[in-house]
Amino acid sequence: MTAAAQRRAAADAPARRPLPVRVTWLLVALLGLGLFGAASIVFGVRAVTWPDVVGGLSGASDTIAEAAVLKRVPRTILAMLVGAALGLAGAVMQGVTRNPLADPGILGVTTGASLAVVTGIAFFGLSAPTTVTWVAIGGAAAAAVLVYTVGSLGRGGATPLKLALAGAASSAAFSSLISAVLLPRIDALTQFRFWQVGGVGGAEPGRILQVLPFLLVGAVVCVLSARGMNSLALGDDVAAGLGAHVGRTRLVAAAGAILLCGAATAVAGPIGFVGLAVPHLCRLLVGLDHRWLLPASAVAGAALLTGADVIGRLVARPAEVDVGIITAIVGAPIFIWIVRRQKVRAL
Amino acid sequence: MTAVLGPEHAALARGRRRRTLQRRGALAALAAVVLVLFAVALMVGDTFYTPSEVIRTVLGQTVPGASFTVGELRLPRASAGVLAGAAFGLAGVTFQTMLRNPLAAPDVIGISSGASAAAVIGIVLLGLDQAATSVVAIAGALLTAGVITLLAYRDGVVGTRLVLIGIGVAAMLDSVVSYVLLHAASWDVQTAMRWLTGSLNGATWEQTAPLALALLVAAPALASQERPLRLLQLGDEAAAGLGVRVGRTRVVVILAAVLLIAFATAAAGPIAFVAFLAGPIASRLVRGGGSLLLPAALVGAALVLAADLIGQFGFGNRYPVGVITGVLGAPYLVLLLVRTNRAGGSL
Repeated sequence: MTAAAQRRAAADAPARRPLPVRVTWLLVALLGLGLFGAASIVFGVRAVTWPDVVGGLSGASDTIAEAAVLKRVPRTILAMLVGAALGLAGAVMQGVTRNPLADPGILGVTTGASLAVVTGIAFFGLSAPTTVTWVAIGGAAAAAVLVYTVGSLGRGGATPLKLALAGAASSAAFSSLISAVLLPRIDALTQFRFWQVGGVGGAEPGRILQVLPFLLVGAVVCVLSARGMNSLALGDDVAAGLGAHVGRTRLVAAAGAILLCGAATAVAGPIGFVGLAVPHLCRLLVGLDHRWLLPASAVAGAALLTGADVIGRLVARPAEVDVGIITAIVGAPIFIWIVRRQKVRAL
Repeated sequence: MTAVLGPEHAALARGRRRRTLQRRGALAALAAVVLVLFAVALMVGDTFYTPSEVIRTVLGQTVPGASFTVGELRLPRASAGVLAGAAFGLAGVTFQTMLRNPLAAPDVIGISSGASAAAVIGIVLLGLDQAATSVVAIAGALLTAGVITLLAYRDGVVGTRLVLIGIGVAAMLDSVVSYVLLHAASWDVQTAMRWLTGSLNGATWEQTAPLALALLVAAPALASQERPLRLLQLGDEAAAGLGVRVGRTRVVVILAAVLLIAFATAAAGPIAFVAFLAGPIASRLVRGGGSLLLPAALVGAALVLAADLIGQFGFGNRYPVGVITGVLGAPYLVLLLVRTNRAGGSL
């Protein structure tokens, strides 16, 4: 890292905020998550009264309103889990590739997972939920390897711009293929559309429980790599000089992120831009230390996706807007803002 | 002096003649391909009609059966395909030449998405007719082009930044299209596919006529600016020194290209990747310099016609043309990145 880059980094976000500041922001994020979670239970296409909420949460489903509340619970939990997974995966991808534009959606990883699942369902009669999750993870890994290979060819290795372009191109390629696979199955399109535009509307408790282990393992792997990623941020040479296993750290952290993306896509379809925006915000709030950045990104990602889902339910009543649409409309300007900022520099 | 120049001169002249001949041959071959595809598109379908029946129908005679099927269904469809393909090809190669970047095609950088989003809003939310929709689509495309340029502007427009910002803008606009289609609760697959990937299904003369008019206006305008545009590639100052009115050339070229994109999108939707593919393919087919406008227009028309034929009859199901061009174009996009990166290009 050059002196100039260091100065810039210091101006953008201090490497280490004072402990009280970090704790405060983490608490604020948790509070936000709680608020959005509550909003997600209370607000929806069907307006419910306070007693309905209480009744629904205590398990009653005597009235339609109570039943509606009851149905919102798994949806809220799913939004939180997927948001946390994508926020965390985004932070890890940005750290591993040292690329401010890295995001599971932009790098084509979620679309790759989606394509793998769609292909499996359409041509190989895939149906068992566990298999779907594994296939999604496989697709995510294959897409990540492809994009990273294409993006790192040529001079200068995987520069932020090359990687982002390779990701966007691959993502477009996967999307076209997904359309081609899905179109003849038009009768099932409402059910399948989920694989084109991600959403959390179809949440079921059983499905959530089934992907939970994958998400947990991925999250643990990512958080355990936090210290290693701090040394990666110094640049490969310095990190190796300090005794860090650069290659191994990268591989393990990336595997964790891919596990998270694949599992999240398997339950919620491809959702973009959450993993892009959240780590940038968190870097401003808690600083560059990955041991703080990763948990903060998870919490903030969960809050963001839950909030986006609530918005999606409210803006187009009586229809619902998939959360993937909302995150793209909100997240794309952030992407543009990062591209516009000076020269896109390596993290 | 002349004795020395003599043989070289003759060789140069021979080379030039050979290149001219090659170019004419390639152009004639391309035109023949378009013609054959057009004829096949008129003859083939659920019922096969002989060339003589088709020719009589096209000439306006009444042929039982063929008059309706060919005259009312296949002819508008094939004409829309040719015109839209030519328009996308012309606009694509113009943008690629102007920005000196093969990735800077209007469908990659979001201008087609802008036209599409505006058209969808016009049709679904405002209930506009075809003519008004074309106007709205132009406004959308122009606005998008303006916004992208403004966002990418920082001490001049840098190609790569423009492409990335365009990708972000495209992601947002595509989400707007999805949102509007969903919001209107008119998520019927035909309409959705037309505005998301482009389709010739249900093409009518009312849709095609404005596009033909736009081509009549814009193609001569582009042809008149062909030479200044190529001189602009030397840089603004050099071009001005050679007598190019830089500002005027830019404005005319951008307006004409955006006009083409908007009308073609209003007629057939943003047919994926045709604008992006036509230029590079044309420059490989028609070597030896010279204008790429006509070759790109022919390649665009051939691409759309061929893809539409494949989509209709190549598989058990009928695919809209945009899905086929998308599946063909997306891998090429990745390939282009691989090649540019290998060559150590300016990404």
